[in-house]
Amino acid sequence: MLKEMIFSGFGGQGVLSMGKLLAYAAMKEGKEVSWMPSYGPEMRGGTANCMVNISDRQISSPIVTEYDVVVVLNQPSLDKFESRVKKGGTLIWESTTIKNGPTRDDIHVVPLPAIDKATNELKNVKVMNMLVLGALVKLEPVVNRESLITALKDTLPKRYHNLIPLNEEAIEMGMSLVKDN
Amino acid sequence: MGDIKFMKGNEALAEAAIRAGMQGYFGYPITPQSEVVEYLALQEPKHDFVLVQAESEVASINMVYGAAGAGARTMTTTSSPGFSLMQEGMSYIACAELPCVVVNVVRGGPGLGTIQPGQGDYFQAVKGGGHGDYRLIVLAPNSVQEMADHTMLAFDLADQYRNPVLILSDGAIGQIMEKVELPDPVTTKIEKPWASTGKTPDRPRNVITSLYIKPEDMEQKNIELQAKYRKIEASEVRFEEYLLDDAEVVIMAYGVTSRICKKVVDLGREKGVKMGLLRPITLWPFPVERVAQLAAQERVRMFVTAEMNAGQMVEDVRLAANGRKPVYSTGRMGGILPTPEEILDFSLQHMK
Repeated sequence: MLKEMIFSGFGGQGVLSMGKLLAYAAMKEGKEVSWMPSYGPEMRGGTANCMVNISDRQISSPIVTEYDVVVVLNQPSLDKFESRVKKGGTLIWESTTIKNGPTRDDIHVVPLPAIDKATNELKNVKVMNMLVLGALVKLEPVVNRESLITALKDTLPKRYHNLIPLNEEAIEMGMSLVKDN
Repeated sequence: MGDIKFMKGNEALAEAAIRAGMQGYFGYPITPQSEVVEYLALQEPKHDFVLVQAESEVASINMVYGAAGAGARTMTTTSSPGFSLMQEGMSYIACAELPCVVVNVVRGGPGLGTIQPGQGDYFQAVKGGGHGDYRLIVLAPNSVQEMADHTMLAFDLADQYRNPVLILSDGAIGQIMEKVELPDPVTTKIEKPWASTGKTPDRPRNVITSLYIKPEDMEQKNIELQAKYRKIEASEVRFEEYLLDDAEVVIMAYGVTSRICKKVVDLGREKGVKMGLLRPITLWPFPVERVAQLAAQERVRMFVTAEMNAGQMVEDVRLAANGRKPVYSTGRMGGILPTPEEILDFSLQHMK
């Protein structure tokens, strides 16, 4: 198993941290992982992304140009990465803010109103990324739900541990919003 | 399993330096290397080492010169434009035969360039970027694990040969996060009777200098340095091989590009082309002998080097192959990573 993924969105939407959490959780499950951020001046306000590879074997190239899974949280990211989803791969896109949705019909396209759900039902847009991550692991079971929760505990500073239940709820909600692949 | 962490390459390098018993760090922040300074600054209160954020790279390398002369395990880290500023100091340190570790997390150049990963500093690293006849031992890590392992090794090699050791990394390996098993801390301290630690009555004065006014003395110093370099060439060549046993096409790459090339080999073999990878781990001393052996083998049709520059290591491969087999060079410049497909297509075209 080798899953090559990219997460892309505005700086501040949590794309780097969701990728990092997923990679960490997979590492804890004994898998080989790599996480590569974009680190240009786009970090603030512009579009940031991170590539995450998860594999049973040693990862040869940490940098890839075509992906099994693409997660896009803004329009520029969708425009840039829709063509880079491998045939038969999965494209998860944030459908509250992205106006021009994907057009390809040879990939599995998953619209997700993550910003709307996080803002109106969870009352905290900051956990939008966890909601997306929940949907992702339901569609592509690269790690199990418990590993994500453990990863949150391991990586969040103690002072934020009061937010773990909310993050857990976001993950659950994301999982409930999509059907199995 | 030991101490397993999920870390950036730059952080793993910084942590390994602490575990190697580094006593003095002198550096100046520059992307994509800044995490080293950040990590060490956070750790400094908990450990027994000195950290100075210098006013420039020129200052950092001279602080390293001073600390190394006093017998301390010392390191500086920078990225390409900063390493250029250090060249005078590198030459002085090499001549004064002082052990230290210098890290260049390379970005795209020339000039102030881009902050994206690059490999354009190969010549500067292995041919001597400063003046005079000198050599650095140059290590080229290609994973977060090696960022840690090479740091431990670099401190040891520096002390063993009293020579500066350069870790030539790149922005990708510095920024990437991977699993790393951290090495155990070093507990033994190496004796450095040559260091300028204050004269005692039982020995003559220790002098640290790179100034030899009389040409006869300067020549003698050069003869000694060259003898040391031959010794290093004889014992410190390191490389990794991947599927070379039956390879007809030998791909050569180092650093992040070597990771990409592992995939090139896999993709090539899926298409029925017998490819293999020879990855120099030490860029100096270069695996000359291994390249020559491969070039002499009938089944080997050609070499392809892949670098993130206009073709620099390719010159060393050509020298080693010595005309016996064609050596082709491919890659991208300006901070762009080549794709496995690009390198594979280039190789296949040259097989026709």
